[in-house]
Amino acid sequence: MRTILTGNYAVAEAVRLSRVKVIAAYPITPQTTIVERLAEMVESGELDAEFVRVDSEHSALAVVYGSATAGLRSFTATSSHGLLYMYEMCWWVANARIPLVMAVVTRTIGPPWNIHTDHTDILTLRDSGWIIAMAENVQEALDLTIQGFRISEEVNLPFVVGLDAFVLSHTAEVVDVPSQEDVDLFLPERRQAYVLNPNDAIAIGNIAQNEHMMRLRFEMAKDMEKSKDVIEDAGKEFGEIFGRSYGLVEHYRTEDADYVVVMSGAWCGDAKEAIDVLREKGIKIGLLKLSYIRPFPREEIRKLDGKDVLVVDRSFSMSYKGILGLEVGSVLDCKNVIAGLCGVDVSVEEFVKMFKMFTNGEIRDVEWWLK
Amino acid sequence: MKRDVIREIESPLLPGNPACQGCPHAIGLKAISLLKNPVLVIPAGCTTVIAGIQPKSSFKLPLIHVPFASAPAVACGLSKAYERAGIDSTVVVWMGDGAADIGFATLSGSAVRNDNIMVIVSDNEAYMNTGIQMSSTTFWKAKTTTSPTGKTEEKKDLALIMLMHRVPYVATASVGYMLDFAEKLKKAEKVKGFRFIHLHSPCPPGWRFDSSKTVEIARMAVKCGAWILWEYDGKFRLTGASRRYRVKSKRIPVKDYLCVQGRFRGLKEEDIKEIEKKIDEVWRLIDLLEKV
Repeated sequence: MRTILTGNYAVAEAVRLSRVKVIAAYPITPQTTIVERLAEMVESGELDAEFVRVDSEHSALAVVYGSATAGLRSFTATSSHGLLYMYEMCWWVANARIPLVMAVVTRTIGPPWNIHTDHTDILTLRDSGWIIAMAENVQEALDLTIQGFRISEEVNLPFVVGLDAFVLSHTAEVVDVPSQEDVDLFLPERRQAYVLNPNDAIAIGNIAQNEHMMRLRFEMAKDMEKSKDVIEDAGKEFGEIFGRSYGLVEHYRTEDADYVVVMSGAWCGDAKEAIDVLREKGIKIGLLKLSYIRPFPREEIRKLDGKDVLVVDRSFSMSYKGILGLEVGSVLDCKNVIAGLCGVDVSVEEFVKMFKMFTNGEIRDVEWWLK
Repeated sequence: MKRDVIREIESPLLPGNPACQGCPHAIGLKAISLLKNPVLVIPAGCTTVIAGIQPKSSFKLPLIHVPFASAPAVACGLSKAYERAGIDSTVVVWMGDGAADIGFATLSGSAVRNDNIMVIVSDNEAYMNTGIQMSSTTFWKAKTTTSPTGKTEEKKDLALIMLMHRVPYVATASVGYMLDFAEKLKKAEKVKGFRFIHLHSPCPPGWRFDSSKTVEIARMAVKCGAWILWEYDGKFRLTGASRRYRVKSKRIPVKDYLCVQGRFRGLKEEDIKEIEKKIDEVWRLIDLLEKV
């Protein structure tokens, strides 16, 4: 059904269609309307689920960790400081190999207070063992949330979908809301590696020997790599059912490009427009959109070898480069522009200017796009 | 009834578990064996160690270790899931005063929601697993490694704070009076909603007394009035031995309880008088609550 939804409401629809059974969340701007909408759905009976009103984000993830460990499909959502407040639980859920899905509406970390978009918050999860997906638009936020449950439950790793504060969370776009029937076709019954129940005297999380525990980490790393195939398969099958295919990355006019810009998140839409402008001038430039930051699409990046690569980061790893700049830079040489932090807007015109500078060789190794 | 309960008690802990000699948790945990279909939720604390090293487990029942401040919230998630699936289970949080300190907001939030769980705080009055540091329930003037000359802050009354959450069941108990604890546990099992039991658990290495004396010290705490056994199940009442000690003249001197513990070594007479005064104040409040 085609309708108009904000990013947050689209995520709520995806949660409903995924037949989630337990939702726990604590409000934080700009995530709040996701869980407000879900609370409404639960109270009106549109969604047959438990909605648990918790005292903090730490408790939000703790509640869904409990319900997911007991075998129910579970969901939470947060932003920025809320994510940092639940950070300990994020690692716990990942290391416990419990599948669940969280939406993070990306927002600046204070002080000073700022509620606008910045990807540094969600990227603090990059070492923790969460699969990290980033939406470019409202439709992707909806679609990736549904895919998240399937992927997470197949590889036993938690899944986070990021959507930019306000640019997506509070902006209404035309979206296709799939039918329940089609989602049921795509999303199988929940499965997971283990379930805790009163009839089975197992102990979960007992102190481990060092060697044994390191092996668990090794297995987790292997499964994170394995998730690449699962993500590609799920994205392809999603395309077959819904007409919109997904994968680790999206190529935009890169096939014959001499120059490639690597980016992630909502502003990829603006960057694509800027690419079109440069293409019209005969400049062979394209965009590689990272739909997933974890697992990191190393193989796709490596294919860019021989081209000039620019990474535009909406995050910064305090010292030298942006987080994506470091990640891509670990695979091949690239220039890195730090832009759009703390909600600073970068317009299509500015992207045109930035990309021209890049193709003219005027971008230094690390460049701050300050306004 | 009383004999039946005693006969039913066995230990959910297997022989050879790594609890210290005279460990009050190992005593208190025995009562868990009275529950039907328990699932144990354990945050960081001494019981983390007692549970053993994987792939082995010291417990004969299902359990999950969880982060320090998260236990009642994880228990809430488990309990919601079991209810939805029609699985009969009592989800029990077994935690120490440390987890109750760091996770106080979680505990309070769970009580406010009236989560269908049972929370037992086995209170040894300091952070024992990390090596005897002061907690909010450490006695005034008690020496710990972070209060080497004695605690200067007041002791927090956790059970009374939980009572003020208007939950269906709150009680105190002691490892020195297992029958009283067992009866409370059985009663709490039948209550739906948030149930809280504050269990007094004297710790031999933490309080500096001989490991053969855990039960004796626990009983002295009750006999001198420093620990009061009560319950609330809609009505507030003193229980077991504490009913007798409502009358101050029947109590043993507080000094007798304090002087057998190394943590109170060097206490001055006026300190003991002050502690007595503090205990009297608690009793005054308990008297009033009984009359409500």
